Amino acid sequence: MGEFQRHRTVWNQKRKEALTGWLFLLPELIGMLLFNAFALVFSLYLSFTEWDLISGLSGIRFIGLDNYMKMFQDSSIILALKNNLYYTVLTVPVSIAIALVMAVIIHTKVYWQGYFKVVFFIPYISSIIAIATVWSALLHPSLGPVNQFLRRLGIAELPTWLADPDTSLLSIAIISAWAGLGYIIIIYLAGLTNISDELYEAADIDGASELQKFFKITIPMLRPTTFFLFITMLIASFKVFDIIAFLTGGGPHNSSTVVVFRIYEEGFINYNMGYASAISWLLFAIISLITAVTWKFRKEDAA
Amino acid sequence: MIWIKNRLSKIITTVIMTALSVFFLIPLLWMTSAAFKFETDVMVFPIQWIPETINVVYNFKAVWMGSVPFYTFYLNSIKISLAVTLLTIAFSSMAAYSLTKLRFRGRDLVFILLLSYMIIPAQATLVPRFLLVRWFGLYDTHASLIMMDMFSIYFTFLLRQFMMGVNNDFIEAARIDGAGHFKIFWSIMLPLCKPILATVGIIKFIWSWNDYQNPLIFLISRELYTIPLGMALFRDDYTNNYAIMMMASLSAIVPLFIVFIALQKHVIKGIALGGVKG
Repeated sequence: MGEFQRHRTVWNQKRKEALTGWLFLLPELIGMLLFNAFALVFSLYLSFTEWDLISGLSGIRFIGLDNYMKMFQDSSIILALKNNLYYTVLTVPVSIAIALVMAVIIHTKVYWQGYFKVVFFIPYISSIIAIATVWSALLHPSLGPVNQFLRRLGIAELPTWLADPDTSLLSIAIISAWAGLGYIIIIYLAGLTNISDELYEAADIDGASELQKFFKITIPMLRPTTFFLFITMLIASFKVFDIIAFLTGGGPHNSSTVVVFRIYEEGFINYNMGYASAISWLLFAIISLITAVTWKFRKEDAA
Repeated sequence: MIWIKNRLSKIITTVIMTALSVFFLIPLLWMTSAAFKFETDVMVFPIQWIPETINVVYNFKAVWMGSVPFYTFYLNSIKISLAVTLLTIAFSSMAAYSLTKLRFRGRDLVFILLLSYMIIPAQATLVPRFLLVRWFGLYDTHASLIMMDMFSIYFTFLLRQFMMGVNNDFIEAARIDGAGHFKIFWSIMLPLCKPILATVGIIKFIWSWNDYQNPLIFLISRELYTIPLGMALFRDDYTNNYAIMMMASLSAIVPLFIVFIALQKHVIKGIALGGVKG
């Protein structure tokens, strides 16, 4: 075989490998380009327009920044943002703290570890809609077991939970936190198995107490896990939709409306495609901001 | 002495945690018990955990053989979740193979591209995806849901992580024997990936089974509804008939329980994997 021919074969092989490579990537790439990249750009374009969908493509009217101007004066959007923030504060830090303690207990301090892993995890894998149905019965203002129990305890002013604008979001947060706790525990348990036993043994020799070990070894060693949980849960809390759409529909009196619910209402109920797209970009901006800020913190942390 | 003390404290924490876990399970126990009851007994307090009279046959019939029977939702959910799971596994593992075991120009760029797409939340692209579905003529079809859900960057990454750990010697040896990449992918890589594929498959199945948002947006015909949408129908049709609603909830959750308890190691491993790799 001559030098030229060998080159040719190598070149052919490389080309074949490249072709195969792209072929294997093709389906995933089409999906991502269509539903992520194109969809995002398309939604940016729509956010500068007014369009009711029914009038067809010719009905799209360019209106510049009007949607964004409207958005920042729209009291329902501001309320949705406030509610999202309130929901985040209620669910993320408390759940992380409780789950951390429980994970540490499950990791070393109990028998039947397998049982506990499964039990706390069951609500997480169950359909949130079925879970929400159960809780809406449990929290029924007059007949529900929760309030009947509180009545037995002699509490006169019973909360009406989902029916009360003051407590609707709190009730939703309790249900979500209850359903999501198992997920955090599982992630923490995975983190805990990565901590070397030697650290604890050394601390034992130095006569460290359980609490000292928890604060001086466990918490610092779990920092990357906590960081991961914090960022993903923060983002997830701004994407909350299912449980709110199902339980309260954003009510009563918009008390549990959130950003994604507003996108849903404007886009798929009122058919305001332009305005819904502008709110979509608000959501995208918030999530990008969270990612960017927490990422910067992590870098500083690592340095 | 210390040995005894440790043992004792472990027993005590186990007892406390067990009490806590029961407290945690109460809503689900209550649901199960209510699904067996007459409507009039559901809200009786103190709670009758074991009902004195049972109405389970009536409740079951109302849910499974009523005006919009539950088994329709079941079949729809099984069909969609299975299709979504198989397609996700196929596309994600193909992409992961290409990103780890094939060398060509542009590969790393594609990888970075996919990585950056991960922060685009599906909720922010709902409007354009709704329009795409309508333009493709797939509005109010199961195909729309399958199409929406069959691509997953998350699982592509999970599979990529795993495949990076697969020794290239297997592939080199097969190359020398004259096998093409399709053959290597199918008869070497996929069998080696079985454990992670099982994990990915189960998690994707559960997520798809529980999805509420996409069916809510893309479906209108009752007979096409999936289980979560069917639950919303039951709530509207049987307002305040809690026994029937709890039977519906129980019916929605039981298959997930069975799958989860049978395969819990895979599920838990998969969730933990995603979290640790971050």
